[in-house]
Amino acid sequence: MLQGVLAFVQTWWVELLCAVLIVLVVPLIAGYIVLVERKVMADMQARLGPMRVGPHGLLQPIADAVKLLIKEDLIPDDADKFIFWFAPVLSMTAALTSMGGIAFGPWFQVGRDINIGLLFVVGVSALGPFGIVLGGWASNNHYSIIGAIRSTAQLISYETTAGFALVSGFLLAGTLKVSDIVKAQYTDHVWYVFLAPVGFFTYLIASIAETNRAPFDLPEAESELVAGYMTEYSGFRWSLYFLAEYANMIVVGAVGATLFLGGWLRPFPNVAWLGWVDGLPTLLLAVTGVYCVMRAGKQPVHVQVMFMWAVALVCFLVALIFGVVEFAHLTSSAAFLSQHPVQLLRSMYDGLYGAFWFLLKVSAYIYIFMWLRFTLPRFRFDQLMRLGWHILIPLALVNVIAVGIMLALMSSLGWNRWLAALLTTLGTLVVGMLLIRWNDKHAAAASGSIATDNTQVEDSYAG
Amino acid sequence: MLDSIVFYFFAGVAVLSALLMVTRRNAIHSAVFLITTLLSTAGIFLQLHAEFLFIAQIILYVGGIMVLFIFVIMLVRLDVPLPQIRSPLRQWTAIFVAFVVFGEGVYIVWKSRLVPGHGLLVLNPYPSDKLPPNTENLAKSLFSFYLLPFEIASVLLLVAMIGAVVMGKKRANTP
Repeated sequence: MLQGVLAFVQTWWVELLCAVLIVLVVPLIAGYIVLVERKVMADMQARLGPMRVGPHGLLQPIADAVKLLIKEDLIPDDADKFIFWFAPVLSMTAALTSMGGIAFGPWFQVGRDINIGLLFVVGVSALGPFGIVLGGWASNNHYSIIGAIRSTAQLISYETTAGFALVSGFLLAGTLKVSDIVKAQYTDHVWYVFLAPVGFFTYLIASIAETNRAPFDLPEAESELVAGYMTEYSGFRWSLYFLAEYANMIVVGAVGATLFLGGWLRPFPNVAWLGWVDGLPTLLLAVTGVYCVMRAGKQPVHVQVMFMWAVALVCFLVALIFGVVEFAHLTSSAAFLSQHPVQLLRSMYDGLYGAFWFLLKVSAYIYIFMWLRFTLPRFRFDQLMRLGWHILIPLALVNVIAVGIMLALMSSLGWNRWLAALLTTLGTLVVGMLLIRWNDKHAAAASGSIATDNTQVEDSYAG
Repeated sequence: MLDSIVFYFFAGVAVLSALLMVTRRNAIHSAVFLITTLLSTAGIFLQLHAEFLFIAQIILYVGGIMVLFIFVIMLVRLDVPLPQIRSPLRQWTAIFVAFVVFGEGVYIVWKSRLVPGHGLLVLNPYPSDKLPPNTENLAKSLFSFYLLPFEIASVLLLVAMIGAVVMGKKRANTP
């Protein structure tokens, strides 16, 4: 038995290490995304944001986490205890498990050889809503259950759109395997966002709706529903929901970045004269380190000074690894490069370098989420449904057909890729607009009965 | 060894939660146990290296159909027991159907034991680390050899969908 376990660990230690790292690091990253969000919000509203804990509020997430952990854990008397306990765990488990299929760079991936690749990520992360629905139901509270019902309706509507958008990407890549999708974008010399822009933007909108972010955050609309499905939750359970939401943001960002933004490839990976971009991560890290050292002297408390030095040290260390490997690669002979420890260092560099670009893309994706959140007001529920069913789903469907036509034009008629992409994108947009106009006319023609229907629908959701 | 541990774990969870699903009074609890049953069935698919079936089970049944189930359960009050379920005719029908299904299961197991290795179980000719990619193979057989049944099934689904839309519209037009 023990030998079996040992053999298991020996075969799978890389994957196990990656999995443990994901479970340990993702909550921390989620905390810092919250900090960045508050900082971005403060910036857009001409404030400073959190400044007290740590230099520029850098330790705020840790303070928040400690506060949440030592808070009293309340379970309402009339709640369904088992499901109330179980629901947040379900949300968090789904979010973390789905990360197993994502490739953060060429080496860091738990499920390296899954044949279904991205489908695994999408399918497992689709289990997260159960946590929301069951949690809302188990709280035995009207606000909670309305939030839960809203979230189910929203998810059913927008998952379809996201699925069709992903299909257009899969068609272009010709595979479901994560590493092969990225390789396909390398050999095709293009990110798929340029070939299927409609697919990318429908996926962007659908993914915002799926993660319940503003302007689609009706399940937790504060002005109407207190806090929606998590009204009754507090302390640790509440923080699980919160973590799951942010982990889901990372997941949808990673799926979008892998399929449409070239995964861990740098921008323009095939253009030789842009090779200097390879040095950018090293430079960025070194500059961050120098900045931290410069600011360290101005911190008021001793702990904060130490913290700045620690951050600077980490930056310098990683920059040193990067720089040494790049320097060796440029100057040394092939015989030196083929030695085993050098190769090991090289592959480590490849992993970190890929992870840098991948995380940069995911961060940009998440930044768009924040930007939209602080720019747009919240949708009304019927507007949300209209956008989903009348606009996005027809558009995504037409786009799948258009991508199919584009592939046929390229492969059997030998058309230029850019011409085909331009024509099919324009065609998608025109057909989509015609569908929407036809829909509007149809709605206007039957406005008499629909007006009464609308009031009925709103009533049923209001109470 | 590991394979059989994984199999018995998932099979045990599936059977246990199926039993719990039938015996719970609360409809939401039943739904939760149905989800566990479906998930552990998906786990067995994965253990058999049928990755595509695994994810299809999760996306369609768990992620799609069960979300709808729970949605409906939350909208309809199911905690009030319905009297017509208790009628003796229905009970006898249910018992009869259960026995027929049980008999079928026994027959299949008995039949497949008669011919060792050539029963209803299809043995895989490939070693487990050199399996062909089953997503591609499934697509190939679905769109070449089984094209007609596939199209018939999709037409059937389309008809069902249109029917549902028509029925929904009819109710909306008559206030």
